[in-house]
Amino acid sequence: MDQPNSRHTNADPVLAQAVEWVDEGRRVALATVTRTWGSAPRRAGSHMAIAANGDFAGSVSGGCIEGAVIQTALEVIESGEPRTLEFGVTNEMAWEVGLACGGRVHLFVEPVVGAPAVETPVQQAR
Amino acid sequence: MRGDVLREVVDAQRAGRDVVVATRLSDGAQELIARGARSAVLGLDGDAVAAALATGDPRTVETADGPVFLRPYVRPPRLIIVGAVHIAQALVPMATIAGLQVTVLDPREGFATADRFPGAALVTEWPDMVMDGLRPDDRTGVVALTHDPKIDDPALIAALESDAFYIGALGSRKTQAARRERLGGLGFDGAALERIHGPVGLPIGARTPEEIAVAVLAQVIGALRLG
Repeated sequence: MDQPNSRHTNADPVLAQAVEWVDEGRRVALATVTRTWGSAPRRAGSHMAIAANGDFAGSVSGGCIEGAVIQTALEVIESGEPRTLEFGVTNEMAWEVGLACGGRVHLFVEPVVGAPAVETPVQQAR
Repeated sequence: MRGDVLREVVDAQRAGRDVVVATRLSDGAQELIARGARSAVLGLDGDAVAAALATGDPRTVETADGPVFLRPYVRPPRLIIVGAVHIAQALVPMATIAGLQVTVLDPREGFATADRFPGAALVTEWPDMVMDGLRPDDRTGVVALTHDPKIDDPALIAALESDAFYIGALGSRKTQAARRERLGGLGFDGAALERIHGPVGLPIGARTPEEIAVAVLAQVIGALRLG
């Protein structure tokens, strides 16, 4: 008989995408919603993965702040240092990249540091 | 996220293991903690880690070295669909996209085929033979779609005997009344039978199998999120 409990379940598609990019030797950052207030569209724990060429998967808002998060992610990929971000109506950039819905979010943007699964240390010099 | 931690999270999810990733927000220091294991790197309180795993909700905890973000990765809610019927063909991909882990159960091998359900987890057994093994719990929904008491009833009985967060059964009001009669005769009281959503799905006037699948999925999500 089948053993339905033991069969594989699905991984978070955003994290799976990040692993795939790393395995392709691409440099990647991961943005995570760490805290929300008010009517923020994505819950804490939501992920967005960003590759060095600007490809991204997942979301951290309803589309309002993704552009700014990608920009930060590219800087994080370059510097190798994690950053915290805050967006919301209290942000001085609210009209440019704030949450139109009026919510407020904290984000953590970190580089994905590590070699691909295949043991070829791709510390690329680009 | 550290590459090795990221990979471990994805592996754990694929294997159905629950883990927590703890990240110190000041410097990105990170560790992966499996269910039941202790925080060895960041020295976190075991209760906080356990609470994150129990609820599935992330939280930030204060430590002597600053705030640490706990992100649990727990198994997704499950949906057991009884009946590899037309509605199920629409419901399986919709529910999968919504993040549910779907199993289709139908003893009729002509219905539960890989052609009709590409990529789906299919179990071609009688529900009374396999529902125990599927172990419905409070993160499991069960929806019976065959219209056939021989198949639906045993699945519903197993669901009623479990903590399933959602139980639904296709059928007209007349069919529902007959079903209540049968299950009542087996000793299920009114409160137990009230757990069965039927006619199934939110009342949105759904007509086609695809629309009924939307109505059912919306009701399942409502039960999951609103209780």
